[in-house]
Amino acid sequence: MTLTPLQALITVIMLIVGTVLTRAIPFILFPSNKKTPPFILYLGKVLPYSVIGLLVVYCLKGVSLASSPYGLPEAIANVAILILHLWKNNTLLSIGAGTIIYMLLVQNLII
Amino acid sequence: MKKEALKAAFPHTIPVMTGYLFLGAAYGILMNTKGYGVGWTLFISVFVFAGSMQYVGVTLLTSIFNPIYAFLLTLMVNARHLFYGVSMLEKYQGTGKFKPYLIFGLTDETFSIQCSIEAPEGIDRNWFMFFITLLDHIYWVVGSVIGSLLGYIVNFNTEGLDFVLTALFVVIFINQWKSTRNHIPALVGLLSSIVCLLIFGQDSFIIPAMVLILIVLTIFRNKLEGGMEE
Repeated sequence: MTLTPLQALITVIMLIVGTVLTRAIPFILFPSNKKTPPFILYLGKVLPYSVIGLLVVYCLKGVSLASSPYGLPEAIANVAILILHLWKNNTLLSIGAGTIIYMLLVQNLII
Repeated sequence: MKKEALKAAFPHTIPVMTGYLFLGAAYGILMNTKGYGVGWTLFISVFVFAGSMQYVGVTLLTSIFNPIYAFLLTLMVNARHLFYGVSMLEKYQGTGKFKPYLIFGLTDETFSIQCSIEAPEGIDRNWFMFFITLLDHIYWVVGSVIGSLLGYIVNFNTEGLDFVLTALFVVIFINQWKSTRNHIPALVGLLSSIVCLLIFGQDSFIIPAMVLILIVLTIFRNKLEGGMEE
C-alpha cells in the first residue's frame, strides 16, 4: 500500500462522490416536468461508444512498443479475446480466457 | 406484495449474477494483492458500486495521493452514467422513496435490465425495480468479498490479473461495435485518446482526450445524428 489509510479513505470518498454525482446529475438537471435539450440527447447516444474507446486506451497506456516485450502479451491476449468473442459471443468466457492467457504470458509460462 | 416483486425480479438478474460474482471476485483478489483487505473491499463495493470505476480505483489506490485527480477521473470514467440517467428520467418518475437508491445503483448492468424490463401485471413496479437494483448490489458485494477472502487463503501468482479490466472494456467495445453500423463515435473515442496519449503522455492524457472527444462529436453532430439508429 503506497497510501496512508486516511489518504486511501479520502480517495475512496472521491470515488463515491464522483459516482453518485454522475448518476444523479441528470435527475437534478432535467426534472421530469422539463424537456431535455436535444444536444444532451445526442451526446447520450454517441458518447457511450467514445468513452469505451477511451477506457481501452486508458488500460493499455503503460504498454511500451519500444522495449521488450514490445506489447506482445497485450496484443496476443486482445486478439484472443477478439477471436473468442466473435466466435462464442460469451462475455464472461472472453474476459476470463483473455485474462488467463495474459497472466500466463507475463508470468512466462508460455513464451 | 414484496415477496411477489422479489420473485418476479430475480430471474431477470441471473445473467448479472454470474457476471458480478466473477468480476467482483476478481476485484476482491486484485485489491487483496495490492494490500487492501476485506474491510476496504466491502466498504468500497457497498458504497461505490461501480464495477469498472472500482477497477480504475485500484490504480488510484496504488499510486501517488491526488484526490482532485481521483475525483475528475471518476467523473470521466463514469460520464456514461450521465446518459443512463437521461434515459431513465421517465421510468424512475414516481418511484418515491425508492428513487435515491435506484439512482445510486444505476450501474451499467443494472441499467441494461431496468431500461429493457417492465414489471409484470399485478406486481408493484417500484418494489420490482428496487429488487433488481438490490439483487445486483448484493451479487457485487458478495462476489468481491468472496474474492478478497480467497486472496487470503489461496496463494497464487496474480501477476497480470489487472488485465481483467482491459479485457472487460475490450469486450464491451466489441459488443458496442457489433450493435451499430455507425462506428464513428467508437473510432473518435479510440483515436482521440491515442492522439492525446502520444501528445500528453500517460499521466495526463485523459482530460485532454475527453475534451477532444466532445469537440469532435460536436463538430460532426449533423453527420452523426440519425446515423446511430440500428
